[in-house]
Amino acid sequence: MSPAPVPVPRTVLDASDISRALTRIAHEILERNRGADPVVLLGVPTRGVGLATRISERIAAVEGQSVPTGSLDVTMYRDDIGLKPARALEHTDIPPGGIDGKVVVLVDDVLFSGRTIRAALDAIGDIGRPKAVQLAVLVDRGHRELPIRADYVGKNLPTSLLERVTVNLTEYDGADAVLIADKTGAAV
Amino acid sequence: MRHLLSAGDLSRDEANLILDTAEEMRSLADRPIKKLPALRGRTVVNLFFEDSTRTRISFEAAAKRLSADVINFSAKGSSVSKGESLKDTALTLQAMGADGVVCRHGASGAPHLLATSGWMTGAVVNAGDGTHEHPTQALLDAFTMRRHLGSLDGRRITIVGDVLHSRVARSNVLLLATLGAEVTVVAPPTLLPVDMSRWPCTTSYDFDAVLAKSDAVMMLRVQRERMGDAYFPSAREYTRRYGLDVHRMAQLPENAIVMHPGPMNRGMEISAEVADSTRSVIVEQVTNGVAVRMAVLYLLLSGSNESTEEPPA
Repeated sequence: MSPAPVPVPRTVLDASDISRALTRIAHEILERNRGADPVVLLGVPTRGVGLATRISERIAAVEGQSVPTGSLDVTMYRDDIGLKPARALEHTDIPPGGIDGKVVVLVDDVLFSGRTIRAALDAIGDIGRPKAVQLAVLVDRGHRELPIRADYVGKNLPTSLLERVTVNLTEYDGADAVLIADKTGAAV
Repeated sequence: MRHLLSAGDLSRDEANLILDTAEEMRSLADRPIKKLPALRGRTVVNLFFEDSTRTRISFEAAAKRLSADVINFSAKGSSVSKGESLKDTALTLQAMGADGVVCRHGASGAPHLLATSGWMTGAVVNAGDGTHEHPTQALLDAFTMRRHLGSLDGRRITIVGDVLHSRVARSNVLLLATLGAEVTVVAPPTLLPVDMSRWPCTTSYDFDAVLAKSDAVMMLRVQRERMGDAYFPSAREYTRRYGLDVHRMAQLPENAIVMHPGPMNRGMEISAEVADSTRSVIVEQVTNGVAVRMAVLYLLLSGSNESTEEPPA
């Protein structure tokens, strides 16, 4: 894949690519944690929640046991909260078993600066004390501003700062696709 | 939204945003650490010129759970009792760097004056002004109704009591109408404002006639301190015609709820059996009050006021 900027949105991953990437991530999570027992999946709204649900379905299909899956809103933990207008909160849904002593796998669509994940780590600290926190992302586009890395990556996508990466999921956008566009290009 | 001065200022979308945000805030009560970092470094002043227990404590808890610094000010024991004006008090608060001011005042319009005079730049939340409005009470009432009744669209809400002096009634009528509910206010003719034509609700003098058509009944406190003016012949007659007792409660639809903004006069507008019954959500209203006030403070104070930023990629 060429990292050169393009004027119109270009599809980087199509529906079957996304499906294969999520299946692989599900297997990697099971392999790394020796099964599904300690795992709790927490999606970061909005797209991360849909991805977490899908990974959870795949784990259930492989292991025959479902893993607790929830969502974690990080809006109030962001470091830019005082710099932007007040934002609506997303839904936080911690599975009934809690996260104490579990392996929390955070799921997000795009890993970019790493600031969202830093906020998520703070949010987790207020909810409980997991045994470990791991990170699964569909796309890692680089340009980290903090010492944060993903444990499970669907696709490493070298990008320029002028580009914009958009993840579309059927639940929210009508179709599955990962698109890349020039910031001045067609709206995505 | 810069300030919250009147429930009538809220559009349906804004009101729903506050209620949805409050829903998220309420789940905080189930967490081991009941604290969010959203207002770290912000200062909220509780400016109470009138006595209040639950509203002040509720705002204080809300601000503290959002990590704001809270300064409580009450007129008693302050320079106000030495004759300091509202303006000088506001200038003092401005000089101290108050980001938000929660104002309760005996004079209708005092919070509006604070917000529009230019004496201070912080956000102003009306926590009850005279006989005018009490918007956060209306929001917590709507929030409580929504949790029990689902959407308020087309729901029939009955508000009973001293509408003339009640800021709770006015704010509730305005907000509930915005949210699509059908509101009926019930009171003796002497306790209704002379001209109700601009209120988005219907009126009735007959409590029994509307009971069967009420999804929620909100009883207002009989403000004994104002009853020297003989608005009704006797407390017993008021109770007999406008009090909610078990016989009247039995005529309500099956899932109807009973509300009261507090403090209650048990045996006056509401009987003790009704107040303690399973239909009464009066204690829950207090719990919800903290969540709703957190939502209001969060939405008014957490961001900057420039709305130029695009959402994050």
